[in-house]
Amino acid sequence: MSTTPQTTPAPAAAGGTGTAPVLTVSHLKASINGQQVVEDVTFSVPSIGITALLGRNGVGKTSSIKAILGLIHRDAGTVELEGRPIHTLPTHRIVQRGVGYVPEDREVFAGLSVAENLRLSERDDHPRRELVESLFPDLVKRAQQAAGSLSGGQQQMVSLARALMNDNRVLLVDEPTKGLAPKIVGEVADALEEAAKTVPILLVEQNLAVVRQLAAGAIVLSDGHVVHTTDSATSFLDDDTLVTRHLGVGTGPAPKGA
Amino acid sequence: MSTILLLLVTGIGLGAVYFLVASGLSLIYGLMGVLNFAHGAFLTLGALIGWETARIMGADSWGGFALSLLVGCLVGALLAALTEFVLIRPLYERHIEQVLVTVGLNLAAIALFEGIWGTDPVFIQGPTWMGMTTDVLGAQIPNHLFITILVAGLVLAGMVLFLKRTRYGMIIRAGVENRSMVTALGIDVRRAFTLVFTIGGAAAGLGGVLASHYFGYVSPLLGGSLLIFAFIVTVIGGLGSLAGAAVASVLVGVLQQFANYYWSIGDFVVVILLAVVLLTRPSGLMGRKVATA
Repeated sequence: MSTTPQTTPAPAAAGGTGTAPVLTVSHLKASINGQQVVEDVTFSVPSIGITALLGRNGVGKTSSIKAILGLIHRDAGTVELEGRPIHTLPTHRIVQRGVGYVPEDREVFAGLSVAENLRLSERDDHPRRELVESLFPDLVKRAQQAAGSLSGGQQQMVSLARALMNDNRVLLVDEPTKGLAPKIVGEVADALEEAAKTVPILLVEQNLAVVRQLAAGAIVLSDGHVVHTTDSATSFLDDDTLVTRHLGVGTGPAPKGA
Repeated sequence: MSTILLLLVTGIGLGAVYFLVASGLSLIYGLMGVLNFAHGAFLTLGALIGWETARIMGADSWGGFALSLLVGCLVGALLAALTEFVLIRPLYERHIEQVLVTVGLNLAAIALFEGIWGTDPVFIQGPTWMGMTTDVLGAQIPNHLFITILVAGLVLAGMVLFLKRTRYGMIIRAGVENRSMVTALGIDVRRAFTLVFTIGGAAAGLGGVLASHYFGYVSPLLGGSLLIFAFIVTVIGGLGSLAGAAVASVLVGVLQQFANYYWSIGDFVVVILLAVVLLTRPSGLMGRKVATA
Protein backbone atom coordinates (compact mmCIF):
# COMPACT_ATOMS: atom_id res chain seq x y z
CA MET A 1 0.00 0.00 0.00
CA SER A 2 2.87 2.32 -0.65
CA THR A 3 1.57 3.97 -3.79
CA THR A 4 -0.38 7.19 -3.93
CA PRO A 5 -3.59 6.34 -5.77
CA GLN A 6 -3.92 8.96 -8.49
CA THR A 7 -7.27 7.76 -9.71
CA THR A 8 -8.07 10.99 -11.49
CA PRO A 9 -7.08 11.37 -15.13
CA ALA A 10 -3.42 12.16 -14.99
CA PRO A 11 -2.02 13.87 -18.05
CA ALA A 12 1.39 14.21 -16.47
CA ALA A 13 4.25 12.00 -17.52
CA ALA A 14 4.27 8.58 -15.95
CA GLY A 15 8.01 8.63 -15.63
CA GLY A 16 9.46 10.53 -12.77
CA THR A 17 12.98 10.56 -14.12
CA GLY A 18 12.92 14.20 -15.05
CA THR A 19 13.82 13.56 -18.70
CA ALA A 20 11.43 14.51 -21.49
CA PRO A 21 9.05 11.71 -22.49
CA VAL A 22 9.74 9.94 -25.76
CA LEU A 23 6.08 9.64 -26.69
CA THR A 24 3.28 11.97 -25.69
CA VAL A 25 -0.32 11.12 -26.44
CA SER A 26 -2.89 13.88 -25.85
CA HIS A 27 -6.66 13.55 -26.04
CA LEU A 28 -6.40 10.80 -28.62
CA LYS A 29 -9.72 9.56 -30.01
CA ALA A 30 -9.97 6.76 -32.54
CA SER A 31 -12.63 4.60 -34.12
CA ILE A 32 -13.03 1.40 -36.11
CA ASN A 33 -15.81 1.44 -38.70
CA GLY A 34 -17.38 4.46 -37.03
CA GLN A 35 -17.37 2.89 -33.57
CA GLN A 36 -15.31 4.81 -31.05
CA VAL A 37 -12.75 2.53 -29.40
CA VAL A 38 -10.36 5.11 -27.96
CA GLU A 39 -12.06 7.95 -26.10
CA ASP A 40 -9.84 10.80 -25.09
CA VAL A 41 -6.65 9.02 -24.04
CA THR A 42 -3.80 11.09 -22.64
CA PHE A 43 -0.50 9.70 -21.41
CA SER A 44 3.21 9.84 -22.03
CA VAL A 45 5.95 7.25 -22.22
CA PRO A 46 9.26 7.97 -20.45
CA SER A 47 12.40 7.80 -22.52
CA ILE A 48 13.90 4.91 -20.58
CA GLY A 49 12.72 1.53 -19.43
CA ILE A 50 9.47 -0.32 -19.89
CA THR A 51 6.11 1.29 -19.24
CA ALA A 52 3.14 -1.05 -18.94
CA LEU A 53 -0.23 -0.21 -20.50
CA LEU A 54 -2.75 -2.07 -18.40
CA GLY A 55 -6.50 -2.57 -18.25
CA ARG A 56 -9.23 -5.16 -18.63
CA ASN A 57 -9.98 -6.82 -21.94
CA GLY A 58 -11.59 -4.48 -24.40
CA VAL A 59 -10.75 -1.17 -22.74
CA GLY A 60 -8.83 0.01 -25.78
CA LYS A 61 -5.20 -0.91 -25.12
CA THR A 62 -4.59 -2.48 -28.52
CA SER A 63 -6.70 0.21 -30.17
CA SER A 64 -4.64 2.94 -28.51
CA ILE A 65 -1.44 1.38 -29.85
CA LYS A 66 -2.96 1.07 -33.30
CA ALA A 67 -4.19 4.65 -33.18
CA ILE A 68 -0.69 5.87 -32.29
CA LEU A 69 0.57 4.06 -35.39
CA GLY A 70 -2.29 5.25 -37.59
CA LEU A 71 -3.44 1.70 -38.22
CA ILE A 72 -6.96 2.68 -37.21
CA HIS A 73 -8.75 5.94 -37.87
CA ARG A 74 -7.79 8.78 -35.54
CA ASP A 75 -10.66 11.17 -34.91
CA ALA A 76 -8.89 13.73 -32.74
CA GLY A 77 -5.94 14.32 -30.48
CA THR A 78 -2.20 14.55 -30.95
CA VAL A 79 0.73 12.16 -30.74
CA GLU A 80 4.24 13.51 -30.40
CA LEU A 81 7.46 11.60 -30.76
CA GLU A 82 10.22 13.45 -28.92
CA GLY A 83 8.22 16.64 -29.22
CA ARG A 84 7.48 16.36 -32.93
CA PRO A 85 3.91 15.62 -34.01
CA ILE A 86 3.44 12.32 -35.81
CA HIS A 87 -0.34 11.96 -35.76
CA THR A 88 -0.72 13.51 -39.22
CA LEU A 89 1.66 11.02 -40.84
CA PRO A 90 0.72 7.74 -42.55
CA THR A 91 1.74 4.55 -40.76
CA HIS A 92 4.90 3.84 -42.73
CA ARG A 93 6.27 7.34 -42.04
CA ILE A 94 5.53 7.03 -38.32
CA VAL A 95 7.47 3.75 -38.25
CA GLN A 96 10.30 5.30 -40.26
CA ARG A 97 10.59 8.00 -37.58
CA GLY A 98 11.54 5.22 -35.19
CA VAL A 99 8.39 3.69 -33.74
CA GLY A 100 8.84 -0.08 -33.68
CA TYR A 101 5.75 -2.27 -33.47
CA VAL A 102 5.27 -5.80 -32.19
CA PRO A 103 1.60 -6.52 -32.85
CA GLU A 104 -0.79 -8.64 -30.88
CA ASP A 105 -0.96 -12.10 -32.47
CA ARG A 106 2.55 -11.59 -33.87
CA GLU A 107 1.46 -11.12 -37.50
CA VAL A 108 4.50 -12.75 -39.08
CA PHE A 109 4.27 -13.29 -42.83
CA ALA A 110 3.48 -16.99 -42.82
CA GLY A 111 4.41 -17.66 -46.45
CA LEU A 112 7.78 -15.91 -46.19
CA SER A 113 10.85 -17.50 -44.67
CA VAL A 114 12.20 -16.32 -41.33
CA ALA A 115 15.10 -14.65 -43.14
CA GLU A 116 12.67 -12.85 -45.46
CA ASN A 117 10.55 -11.66 -42.56
CA LEU A 118 13.64 -10.15 -41.01
CA ARG A 119 14.99 -8.69 -44.25
CA LEU A 120 11.65 -7.03 -44.90
CA SER A 121 11.90 -5.22 -41.59
CA GLU A 122 15.39 -3.82 -42.25
CA ARG A 123 15.18 -0.12 -42.96
CA ASP A 124 18.39 1.28 -41.50
CA ASP A 125 21.61 1.33 -43.49
CA HIS A 126 23.16 -0.82 -40.83
CA PRO A 127 20.45 -3.10 -39.45
CA ARG A 128 21.33 -4.68 -36.14
CA ARG A 129 21.62 -8.24 -37.37
CA GLU A 130 24.24 -9.27 -34.79
CA LEU A 131 22.09 -8.09 -31.90
CA VAL A 132 19.04 -9.91 -33.23
CA GLU A 133 21.02 -13.07 -33.91
CA SER A 134 22.53 -13.04 -30.43
CA LEU A 135 19.11 -12.52 -28.83
CA PHE A 136 17.38 -15.20 -30.91
CA PRO A 137 19.93 -17.82 -31.99
CA ASP A 138 17.07 -20.17 -32.75
CA LEU A 139 15.99 -17.97 -35.65
CA VAL A 140 19.38 -18.23 -37.31
CA LYS A 141 19.00 -22.01 -37.44
CA ARG A 142 15.52 -21.66 -38.89
CA ALA A 143 16.31 -18.85 -41.34
CA GLN A 144 15.06 -20.73 -44.39
CA GLN A 145 11.94 -22.13 -42.73
CA ALA A 146 8.54 -20.64 -43.58
CA ALA A 147 7.50 -18.41 -40.68
CA GLY A 148 4.03 -19.96 -40.76
CA SER A 149 5.49 -23.33 -39.80
CA LEU A 150 7.04 -22.01 -36.58
CA SER A 151 5.57 -22.46 -33.11
CA GLY A 152 3.82 -19.53 -31.45
CA GLY A 153 6.87 -18.75 -29.35
CA GLN A 154 9.20 -18.83 -32.34
CA GLN A 155 6.82 -16.57 -34.28
CA GLN A 156 6.92 -14.14 -31.38
CA MET A 157 10.71 -14.17 -31.60
CA VAL A 158 10.43 -13.28 -35.31
CA SER A 159 8.01 -10.49 -34.51
CA LEU A 160 10.28 -9.09 -31.78
CA ALA A 161 13.33 -9.51 -33.98
CA ARG A 162 11.67 -7.46 -36.73
CA ALA A 163 11.17 -4.58 -34.34
CA LEU A 164 14.67 -4.80 -32.86
CA MET A 165 16.36 -4.88 -36.27
CA ASN A 166 16.31 -1.09 -36.51
CA ASP A 167 17.43 1.70 -34.24
CA ASN A 168 14.03 2.81 -32.90
CA ARG A 169 13.11 5.70 -30.60
CA VAL A 170 10.38 3.67 -28.92
CA LEU A 171 8.83 0.21 -29.21
CA LEU A 172 5.10 -0.52 -28.95
CA VAL A 173 4.78 -4.13 -27.88
CA ASP A 174 1.27 -5.61 -27.73
CA GLU A 175 0.69 -8.71 -25.59
CA PRO A 176 3.91 -10.51 -26.48
CA THR A 177 3.29 -13.46 -24.13
CA LYS A 178 -0.32 -14.11 -25.12
CA GLY A 179 -1.00 -17.78 -25.70
CA LEU A 180 2.58 -18.90 -25.09
CA ALA A 181 3.82 -21.77 -22.92
CA PRO A 182 5.20 -20.66 -19.51
CA LYS A 183 8.80 -21.49 -20.43
CA ILE A 184 8.53 -19.39 -23.60
CA VAL A 185 6.93 -16.54 -21.63
CA GLY A 186 10.14 -16.36 -19.62
CA GLU A 187 12.27 -16.25 -22.77
CA VAL A 188 10.17 -13.49 -24.31
CA ALA A 189 10.32 -11.50 -21.07
CA ASP A 190 14.09 -11.88 -20.92
CA ALA A 191 14.39 -10.72 -24.53
CA LEU A 192 12.25 -7.66 -23.74
CA GLU A 193 14.33 -6.89 -20.68
CA GLU A 194 17.46 -7.04 -22.79
CA ALA A 195 15.89 -4.87 -25.50
CA ALA A 196 14.77 -2.29 -22.94
CA LYS A 197 18.41 -1.50 -22.20
CA THR A 198 18.62 0.22 -25.59
CA VAL A 199 15.12 1.47 -26.32
CA PRO A 200 12.10 2.57 -24.25
CA ILE A 201 9.11 0.25 -24.54
CA LEU A 202 5.38 0.71 -24.13
CA LEU A 203 4.15 -2.74 -23.21
CA VAL A 204 0.60 -4.07 -23.25
CA GLU A 205 0.63 -7.18 -21.10
CA GLN A 206 -2.00 -9.28 -19.34
CA ASN A 207 0.46 -11.49 -17.52
CA LEU A 208 0.99 -9.50 -14.34
CA ALA A 209 4.04 -11.53 -13.34
CA VAL A 210 5.70 -10.36 -16.52
CA VAL A 211 4.63 -6.79 -15.77
CA ARG A 212 6.21 -7.09 -12.32
CA GLN A 213 9.43 -8.39 -13.80
CA LEU A 214 9.75 -5.77 -16.52
CA ALA A 215 7.78 -2.60 -16.04
CA ALA A 216 8.95 0.53 -14.31
CA GLY A 217 5.86 2.68 -14.64
CA ALA A 218 2.31 1.82 -15.58
CA ILE A 219 -0.64 3.46 -17.30
CA VAL A 220 -4.09 2.00 -16.62
CA LEU A 221 -6.97 2.29 -19.06
CA SER A 222 -10.65 1.80 -18.42
CA ASP A 223 -13.51 2.42 -20.87
CA GLY A 224 -11.24 4.12 -23.35
CA HIS A 225 -9.79 6.54 -20.76
CA VAL A 226 -6.64 6.67 -18.69
CA VAL A 227 -7.73 6.17 -15.07
CA HIS A 228 -4.40 5.76 -13.34
CA THR A 229 -0.74 6.42 -13.94
CA THR A 230 2.15 5.52 -11.72
CA ASP A 231 5.93 5.56 -11.66
CA SER A 232 5.96 2.20 -9.99
CA ALA A 233 4.14 -0.68 -11.62
CA THR A 234 5.08 -2.90 -8.69
CA SER A 235 3.48 -0.72 -6.07
CA PHE A 236 0.36 -0.51 -8.22
CA LEU A 237 0.22 -4.28 -8.48
CA ASP A 238 0.73 -4.56 -4.72
CA ASP A 239 -2.39 -2.51 -4.14
CA ASP A 240 -5.16 -5.09 -4.25
CA THR A 241 -7.93 -2.49 -4.15
CA LEU A 242 -6.61 -0.68 -7.21
CA VAL A 243 -5.85 -3.86 -9.08
CA THR A 244 -9.29 -5.30 -8.44
CA ARG A 245 -10.98 -2.06 -9.41
CA HIS A 246 -9.03 -1.46 -12.63
CA LEU A 247 -7.99 -4.89 -13.81
CA GLY A 248 -10.77 -6.95 -12.23
CA VAL A 249 -8.37 -9.65 -11.08
CA GLY A 250 -6.36 -10.55 -8.05
CA THR A 251 -2.64 -10.06 -8.48
CA GLY A 252 -1.89 -13.69 -7.87
CA PRO A 253 1.38 -14.89 -6.45
CA ALA A 254 4.59 -13.06 -7.05
CA PRO A 255 6.62 -14.44 -9.98
CA LYS A 256 9.04 -17.22 -9.35
CA GLY A 257 12.18 -17.21 -11.38
CA ALA A 258 10.50 -15.72 -14.41
CA MET B 1 -5.02 -39.70 -80.47
CA SER B 2 -4.01 -36.83 -82.72
CA THR B 3 -7.31 -35.09 -81.95
CA ILE B 4 -6.68 -35.40 -78.25
CA LEU B 5 -3.18 -33.99 -78.63
CA LEU B 6 -4.49 -31.11 -80.74
CA LEU B 7 -7.20 -30.33 -78.19
CA LEU B 8 -4.64 -30.53 -75.40
CA VAL B 9 -2.25 -28.07 -77.06
CA THR B 10 -4.98 -25.62 -78.13
CA GLY B 11 -6.32 -25.85 -74.58
CA ILE B 12 -2.92 -25.06 -73.11
CA GLY B 13 -2.60 -22.20 -75.64
CA LEU B 14 -5.93 -20.79 -74.52
CA GLY B 15 -4.82 -21.31 -70.91
CA ALA B 16 -1.66 -19.35 -71.72
CA VAL B 17 -3.79 -16.39 -72.84
CA TYR B 18 -5.95 -16.70 -69.74
CA PHE B 19 -2.85 -16.77 -67.56
CA LEU B 20 -1.53 -13.53 -69.05
CA VAL B 21 -4.76 -11.82 -68.00
CA ALA B 22 -5.39 -13.70 -64.76
CA SER B 23 -1.88 -13.33 -63.31
CA GLY B 24 -2.26 -9.55 -63.05
CA LEU B 25 -5.83 -9.77 -61.80
CA SER B 26 -4.81 -12.18 -59.09
CA LEU B 27 -1.83 -10.16 -57.89
CA ILE B 28 -3.80 -6.92 -57.92
CA TYR B 29 -6.66 -8.43 -55.95
CA GLY B 30 -4.35 -10.25 -53.59
CA LEU B 31 -2.35 -7.16 -52.72
CA MET B 32 -4.93 -4.40 -52.95
CA GLY B 33 -8.32 -6.06 -52.59
CA VAL B 34 -9.42 -4.52 -55.89
CA LEU B 35 -11.25 -6.54 -58.52
CA ASN B 36 -9.97 -4.76 -61.58
CA PHE B 37 -12.72 -4.65 -64.19
CA ALA B 38 -10.56 -2.40 -66.38
CA HIS B 39 -8.08 -5.22 -66.93
CA GLY B 40 -9.81 -6.16 -70.18
CA ALA B 41 -9.27 -2.63 -71.45
CA PHE B 42 -5.50 -2.99 -70.87
CA LEU B 43 -5.61 -6.14 -72.99
CA THR B 44 -7.76 -4.65 -75.74
CA LEU B 45 -5.66 -1.53 -76.10
CA GLY B 46 -2.51 -3.66 -76.18
CA ALA B 47 -4.04 -5.77 -78.95
CA LEU B 48 -5.29 -2.80 -80.98
CA ILE B 49 -2.13 -0.70 -80.79
CA GLY B 50 -0.06 -3.86 -81.21
CA TRP B 51 -1.93 -4.63 -84.43
CA GLU B 52 -1.53 -1.07 -85.70
CA THR B 53 2.19 -1.35 -85.05
CA ALA B 54 2.46 -4.68 -86.85
CA ARG B 55 0.50 -3.30 -89.80
CA ILE B 56 2.81 -0.32 -90.18
CA MET B 57 5.89 -2.53 -89.91
CA GLY B 58 4.44 -5.16 -92.21
CA ALA B 59 2.10 -7.64 -90.62
CA ASP B 60 3.74 -10.70 -92.12
CA SER B 61 7.23 -9.75 -90.96
CA TRP B 62 8.79 -11.18 -87.82
CA GLY B 63 10.04 -7.71 -86.94
CA GLY B 64 6.49 -6.40 -87.07
CA PHE B 65 5.24 -9.24 -84.88
CA ALA B 66 8.04 -8.83 -82.34
CA LEU B 67 7.50 -5.09 -82.20
CA SER B 68 3.73 -5.56 -81.80
CA LEU B 69 4.41 -7.75 -78.74
CA LEU B 70 6.71 -5.13 -77.28
CA VAL B 71 4.36 -2.24 -78.01
CA GLY B 72 1.32 -4.16 -76.73
CA CYS B 73 3.19 -4.92 -73.53
CA LEU B 74 4.27 -1.30 -73.04
CA VAL B 75 0.82 0.11 -73.86
CA GLY B 76 -0.80 -2.26 -71.36
CA ALA B 77 1.75 -1.36 -68.70
CA LEU B 78 1.39 2.37 -69.29
CA LEU B 79 -2.40 2.37 -69.23
CA ALA B 80 -2.40 0.23 -66.08
CA ALA B 81 0.12 2.42 -64.28
CA LEU B 82 -1.89 5.50 -65.23
CA THR B 83 -5.10 3.87 -64.03
CA GLU B 84 -3.59 3.07 -60.65
CA PHE B 85 -2.05 6.50 -60.24
CA VAL B 86 -4.95 8.63 -61.42
CA LEU B 87 -8.05 6.62 -60.48
CA ILE B 88 -7.20 3.99 -57.86
CA ARG B 89 -4.74 5.81 -55.62
CA PRO B 90 -7.01 8.75 -54.68
CA LEU B 91 -9.55 6.15 -53.51
CA TYR B 92 -7.03 4.46 -51.21
CA GLU B 93 -8.67 1.85 -48.93
CA ARG B 94 -12.12 2.53 -50.43
CA HIS B 95 -12.56 -0.80 -52.15
CA ILE B 96 -16.11 -0.46 -53.45
CA GLU B 97 -15.36 2.90 -55.05
CA GLN B 98 -12.17 1.47 -56.52
CA VAL B 99 -14.05 -1.40 -58.14
CA LEU B 100 -16.73 0.98 -59.44
CA VAL B 101 -14.15 3.27 -61.00
CA THR B 102 -12.60 0.33 -62.86
CA VAL B 103 -16.05 -0.70 -64.13
CA GLY B 104 -16.59 2.84 -65.37
CA LEU B 105 -13.18 3.01 -67.00
CA ASN B 106 -13.85 -0.28 -68.77
CA LEU B 107 -17.15 0.96 -70.20
CA ALA B 108 -15.63 4.26 -71.28
CA ALA B 109 -12.61 2.54 -72.81
CA ILE B 110 -14.75 0.16 -74.88
CA ALA B 111 -16.83 3.08 -76.15
CA LEU B 112 -13.67 4.96 -77.03
CA PHE B 113 -12.13 1.97 -78.83
CA GLU B 114 -15.36 1.43 -80.78
CA GLY B 115 -15.33 5.10 -81.74
CA ILE B 116 -11.79 4.80 -83.11
CA TRP B 117 -11.65 1.27 -84.52
CA GLY B 118 -15.35 0.54 -85.14
CA THR B 119 -17.44 -2.22 -83.64
CA ASP B 120 -16.58 -4.95 -86.15
CA PRO B 121 -13.75 -7.36 -85.54
CA VAL B 122 -10.66 -6.64 -87.63
CA PHE B 123 -9.13 -9.83 -88.99
CA ILE B 124 -5.39 -9.89 -88.65
CA GLN B 125 -2.42 -11.90 -89.78
CA GLY B 126 1.10 -12.51 -88.61
CA PRO B 127 4.26 -13.95 -90.12
CA THR B 128 3.46 -16.73 -92.59
CA TRP B 129 4.98 -19.41 -90.33
CA MET B 130 2.54 -18.55 -87.56
CA GLY B 131 -0.40 -19.23 -89.87
CA MET B 132 0.92 -22.72 -90.68
CA THR B 133 0.84 -25.90 -88.66
CA THR B 134 3.46 -28.34 -87.44
CA ASP B 135 2.93 -32.09 -87.40
CA VAL B 136 3.40 -33.38 -83.85
CA LEU B 137 2.70 -37.13 -83.54
CA GLY B 138 0.10 -36.86 -86.24
CA ALA B 139 -1.61 -33.76 -84.85
CA GLN B 140 -1.49 -30.58 -86.91
CA ILE B 141 -0.63 -27.98 -84.27
CA PRO B 142 -1.04 -24.31 -85.29
CA ASN B 143 2.36 -22.68 -84.95
CA HIS B 144 1.11 -19.54 -83.20
CA LEU B 145 0.24 -21.74 -80.19
CA PHE B 146 3.90 -22.53 -79.62
CA ILE B 147 4.71 -18.85 -79.41
CA THR B 148 1.78 -18.09 -77.12
CA ILE B 149 2.70 -20.93 -74.76
CA LEU B 150 6.38 -19.97 -74.83
CA VAL B 151 5.69 -16.31 -74.04
CA ALA B 152 3.27 -17.16 -71.22
CA GLY B 153 5.84 -19.59 -69.80
CA LEU B 154 8.52 -16.89 -69.88
CA VAL B 155 6.16 -14.41 -68.22
CA LEU B 156 5.39 -16.94 -65.49
CA ALA B 157 9.08 -17.65 -64.92
CA GLY B 158 9.86 -13.93 -64.87
CA MET B 159 7.11 -13.20 -62.37
CA VAL B 160 8.17 -16.06 -60.10
CA LEU B 161 11.78 -14.86 -60.16
CA PHE B 162 10.67 -11.30 -59.48
CA LEU B 163 8.47 -12.33 -56.56
CA LYS B 164 11.08 -14.66 -55.04
CA ARG B 165 14.29 -12.79 -55.65
CA THR B 166 13.65 -9.06 -55.39
CA ARG B 167 12.81 -6.86 -52.44
CA TYR B 168 9.70 -5.56 -54.17
CA GLY B 169 8.67 -9.12 -54.89
CA MET B 170 9.04 -9.85 -51.19
CA ILE B 171 6.96 -6.77 -50.33
CA ILE B 172 4.24 -7.91 -52.73
CA ARG B 173 4.16 -11.44 -51.28
CA ALA B 174 4.05 -10.05 -47.75
CA GLY B 175 1.40 -7.50 -48.73
CA VAL B 176 -0.84 -10.18 -50.22
CA GLU B 177 -0.79 -11.83 -46.79
CA ASN B 178 -1.12 -8.79 -44.57
CA ARG B 179 -1.00 -5.34 -46.06
CA SER B 180 -1.26 -3.32 -42.87
CA MET B 181 1.65 -5.18 -41.25
CA VAL B 182 3.81 -4.25 -44.24
CA THR B 183 3.12 -0.57 -43.61
CA ALA B 184 3.77 -1.18 -39.90
CA LEU B 185 7.32 -2.22 -40.85
CA GLY B 186 7.83 1.24 -42.33
CA ILE B 187 7.26 0.29 -45.96
CA ASP B 188 5.20 2.46 -48.31
CA VAL B 189 3.01 -0.28 -49.72
CA ARG B 190 1.42 2.06 -52.27
CA ARG B 191 4.53 1.88 -54.43
CA ALA B 192 3.98 -1.84 -54.65
CA PHE B 193 0.38 -1.10 -55.73
CA THR B 194 1.56 0.87 -58.77
CA LEU B 195 4.06 -1.87 -59.49
CA VAL B 196 1.55 -4.75 -59.53
CA PHE B 197 -0.79 -2.73 -61.71
CA THR B 198 2.07 -2.04 -64.15
CA ILE B 199 3.19 -5.66 -64.23
CA GLY B 200 -0.37 -6.89 -64.56
CA GLY B 201 -1.05 -4.40 -67.37
CA ALA B 202 2.12 -5.43 -69.21
CA ALA B 203 1.11 -9.10 -69.08
CA ALA B 204 -2.43 -8.22 -70.20
CA GLY B 205 -1.13 -6.12 -73.12
CA LEU B 206 1.09 -9.01 -74.16
CA GLY B 207 -1.89 -11.32 -73.77
CA GLY B 208 -3.91 -9.01 -76.02
CA VAL B 209 -1.48 -9.30 -78.91
CA LEU B 210 -1.24 -13.08 -78.51
CA ALA B 211 -5.00 -13.45 -78.11
CA SER B 212 -5.56 -11.60 -81.35
CA HIS B 213 -3.39 -14.18 -83.11
CA TYR B 214 -5.12 -17.01 -81.26
CA PHE B 215 -8.58 -15.88 -82.36
CA GLY B 216 -7.43 -14.31 -85.65
CA TYR B 217 -8.95 -10.89 -85.01
CA VAL B 218 -8.89 -7.81 -82.83
CA SER B 219 -12.02 -6.11 -81.58
CA PRO B 220 -12.91 -3.57 -78.90
CA LEU B 221 -14.75 -6.40 -77.14
CA LEU B 222 -11.78 -8.79 -77.11
CA GLY B 223 -10.80 -7.92 -73.54
CA GLY B 224 -14.29 -8.15 -72.11
CA SER B 225 -14.90 -11.71 -73.26
CA LEU B 226 -11.51 -12.88 -72.00
CA LEU B 227 -11.88 -11.02 -68.71
CA ILE B 228 -14.85 -13.14 -67.66
CA PHE B 229 -12.86 -16.33 -68.00
CA ALA B 230 -9.82 -14.72 -66.42
CA PHE B 231 -11.92 -13.83 -63.38
CA ILE B 232 -13.13 -17.43 -63.18
CA VAL B 233 -9.56 -18.67 -63.49
CA THR B 234 -8.46 -16.29 -60.75
CA VAL B 235 -11.16 -17.48 -58.37
CA ILE B 236 -10.51 -21.16 -59.13
CA GLY B 237 -6.76 -20.71 -58.67
CA GLY B 238 -7.13 -18.73 -55.47
CA LEU B 239 -7.14 -14.94 -55.36
CA GLY B 240 -3.61 -13.67 -54.86
CA SER B 241 -1.86 -16.87 -55.88
CA LEU B 242 0.29 -16.71 -59.01
CA ALA B 243 0.88 -20.45 -59.08
CA GLY B 244 -2.86 -20.96 -58.61
CA ALA B 245 -3.57 -18.69 -61.58
CA ALA B 246 -1.13 -20.68 -63.73
CA VAL B 247 -2.58 -24.07 -62.82
CA ALA B 248 -6.19 -22.91 -63.09
CA SER B 249 -5.53 -21.22 -66.47
CA VAL B 250 -4.32 -24.45 -68.03
CA LEU B 251 -7.04 -26.47 -66.31
CA VAL B 252 -9.82 -24.20 -67.54
CA GLY B 253 -8.36 -23.81 -71.05
CA VAL B 254 -7.92 -27.54 -71.61
CA LEU B 255 -11.28 -28.47 -70.07
CA GLN B 256 -13.02 -25.85 -72.19
CA GLN B 257 -11.45 -27.17 -75.41
CA PHE B 258 -12.39 -30.77 -74.73
CA ALA B 259 -15.92 -29.98 -73.60
CA ASN B 260 -16.42 -27.74 -76.61
CA TYR B 261 -15.16 -30.31 -79.09
CA TYR B 262 -17.07 -33.31 -77.79
CA TRP B 263 -20.24 -31.78 -76.38
CA SER B 264 -20.13 -28.09 -77.34
CA ILE B 265 -20.54 -27.09 -73.69
CA GLY B 266 -17.11 -25.58 -72.95
CA ASP B 267 -18.36 -22.42 -71.26
CA PHE B 268 -20.91 -24.35 -69.22
CA VAL B 269 -18.29 -26.80 -67.97
CA VAL B 270 -16.12 -23.91 -66.80
CA VAL B 271 -18.96 -22.49 -64.75
CA ILE B 272 -19.62 -25.94 -63.26
CA LEU B 273 -15.93 -26.22 -62.37
CA LEU B 274 -16.12 -22.80 -60.72
CA ALA B 275 -19.15 -23.89 -58.69
CA VAL B 276 -17.47 -27.12 -57.61
CA VAL B 277 -14.32 -25.31 -56.51
CA LEU B 278 -16.30 -22.68 -54.63
CA LEU B 279 -18.29 -25.37 -52.83
CA THR B 280 -15.37 -27.59 -51.92
CA ARG B 281 -12.47 -25.12 -51.62
CA PRO B 282 -13.90 -21.61 -51.25
CA SER B 283 -10.45 -20.00 -51.15
CA GLY B 284 -9.47 -21.61 -54.47
CA LEU B 285 -7.04 -24.36 -55.38
CA MET B 286 -4.00 -22.55 -53.99
CA GLY B 287 -5.55 -19.62 -52.19
CA ARG B 288 -4.50 -18.75 -48.70
CA LYS B 289 -6.85 -17.40 -46.14
CA VAL B 290 -6.11 -13.77 -46.79
CA ALA B 291 -5.69 -11.82 -43.56
CA THR B 292 -8.25 -9.09 -43.11
CA ALA B 293 -6.28 -5.93 -43.48
